[in-house]
Amino acid sequence: MMVLPIPDGNTQNTATSALDVHGLTVEFPTRRGVLTAIDDVSMQIAPGEILGVVGESGAGKSITGLAVLGLLEHPGRIAGGAIHVGGRRVDTLSEAELTKVRGREMGAIFQDPLTALNPLFSVGKQLVETIRLHSDMNRAAANARALELLRNVGIPAPEERLRQYPHQFSGGMRQRVVIALALAAGPRLIIADEPTTALDVSIQAQITALLRKLCDETGVGIMLVTHDMGVIAETADRVCVMYSGRVVESGPVADVIHNPQHPYTRGLMSAIPSLHDRVETLAQIDGSMPRLNARPSGCAFHPRCPHAGPRCSAETPPLVKVDTTSAACWLQQGGTQ
Amino acid sequence: MNTHIPALTVSDVSKVFDVSAPWLNRLIERRPKLFVKAVSEVSFTIEKGTCFSIVGESGCGKSTVARLVTGLYTTTSGDISFGTGRTGRPIRVQMIFQDPHSSLNPRWRVGDIIAEPIREMKLRDDVKQTDARVRELLETVGLGADDALRYPHEFSGGQRQRISIARALASEPELLVCDEPTSALDVSVQAQILNLMRHLQDELGLTYLFISHNLSVVRHMSDYIAVMYLGRIVEQAPVEHLFTAPRHPYSKLLLATIPDIENPRRRIDAQAGEPPSPLNPPSGCAFHPRCPIAMDKCRKAIPELLATEGQARVACHAVTDP
Repeated sequence: MMVLPIPDGNTQNTATSALDVHGLTVEFPTRRGVLTAIDDVSMQIAPGEILGVVGESGAGKSITGLAVLGLLEHPGRIAGGAIHVGGRRVDTLSEAELTKVRGREMGAIFQDPLTALNPLFSVGKQLVETIRLHSDMNRAAANARALELLRNVGIPAPEERLRQYPHQFSGGMRQRVVIALALAAGPRLIIADEPTTALDVSIQAQITALLRKLCDETGVGIMLVTHDMGVIAETADRVCVMYSGRVVESGPVADVIHNPQHPYTRGLMSAIPSLHDRVETLAQIDGSMPRLNARPSGCAFHPRCPHAGPRCSAETPPLVKVDTTSAACWLQQGGTQ
Repeated sequence: MNTHIPALTVSDVSKVFDVSAPWLNRLIERRPKLFVKAVSEVSFTIEKGTCFSIVGESGCGKSTVARLVTGLYTTTSGDISFGTGRTGRPIRVQMIFQDPHSSLNPRWRVGDIIAEPIREMKLRDDVKQTDARVRELLETVGLGADDALRYPHEFSGGQRQRISIARALASEPELLVCDEPTSALDVSVQAQILNLMRHLQDELGLTYLFISHNLSVVRHMSDYIAVMYLGRIVEQAPVEHLFTAPRHPYSKLLLATIPDIENPRRRIDAQAGEPPSPLNPPSGCAFHPRCPIAMDKCRKAIPELLATEGQARVACHAVTDP
């Protein structure tokens, strides 16, 4: 059953939103059958908005980001749905066309800034190359633009830094360079996959503040993929909670955090140790995320769910709007019996 | 609970690593020898049955302290002494590592992994008793007795960390050194492991030395916290004290920058600056280049770790000698 998703409080249509993913399904054909990594996922990001995509490992959050970028590794394939970036459909483009769109329309920031940069070229050279590839600027103009980009991402003494190589930068500074590269062509959308996970907390705060600032200033839409609910709470406007390849809850950050509807989100929130009160035992969700080849029928969360009823193992609940947030749970939709 | 009986006393411990280039390079390129002072004059005591945590950013020396305590590194100077255990001999110490994927031998069955310390230390008389003990340990950590016949790859990350805990408990230690035991785990699994560790502490009267960069986990687990910066303890206090009234500017910075789910979007003073390289630490107080209240004195003299109110100790000129 295909159920149309209801965008939460977001009136942007496909033409003006930074990202519009509709009914995305990603499959990995293997010798033992086809594994569905992403199952009917829909999300929208407006210009200047940060959408947090949160979930535990194996939830499919990174695959969603890679599918949007057209970087799914073989044998992964998009088996259904549509992806629009800035109003343009990108999932049907050929590899050659995608190469043009990637970088110009959408940028990417990955977890490890050291492997994202080429160690053999100076930072300036990498920036200038990226800028010239996506625009018709001459070398001098591109140089000036590179300098401006480094300044925008908060790198001190950018004139000297342009001539330096990635190994001369610290982890936080490298991630700033990667952000500058992602912004080089003025994209409409940035996919940031765990951008702060490899960084220390004090640096993490600097990077999330920078992402927020760039988002507000340039109007770029950001898809922030992370497992850290704290980062989402501080940075994102809206959040999508993913579990086993599906979106189980989405809505404005404050509502999802303070009034979670889905039992998984509720469990996740209370499993995080608090900074303010100390409890004897943390609420725990027993078991772990199912593997792709052993996904339970119906709602994939039902074996771990305290409220599961017979309906949960039989039918997959659709994502339906409750107040400000949307949840995919039978509890809100007429009971689990 | 036996309080005020020390399980571990670390006094004035330093560790210096030689990171020089090979001697031929030094000879040809006329480069001097290079040393990193990973841990400098660290002292603390852990009381029996409590959990002592060390927090800090990467490169601050917290894992080095863990490895010094377990004897994986030898100290350059200073003493580490263990209290008396139940048997009258010094208490045993074991370690739980961060990555449950690389810390278990993939070619061994889980039963053998857990039985190795028992066989090695001859804690049981025969094979039968060893097997019984392995089954008992597996059940203690929430796994099934028949899991002993399976291989590590058949388990998820959280279950593997349970196996690591069972292996650590096999040698009947009273002090467990846990180096980021939940950093590689998902939140819901992390809660399971933290609850298990708490339960084991109550059940077996364990003492923990807990190393983590995750302050909310540390707050949940510990009784006492030490904050490290560039090889030195800059503040040491009971957990509630440190979280409600941090004194050292670095502790304040750490607490201000951790993402707070319950109270997001508060004004973050995202202070510029990053931890300096331990190869070339700043003079005086190592934190002074990032410190908002640095004085002249901070650039010259290294502050001592001095007692302030409560049981807290702080190494900051501005706090102890304004």
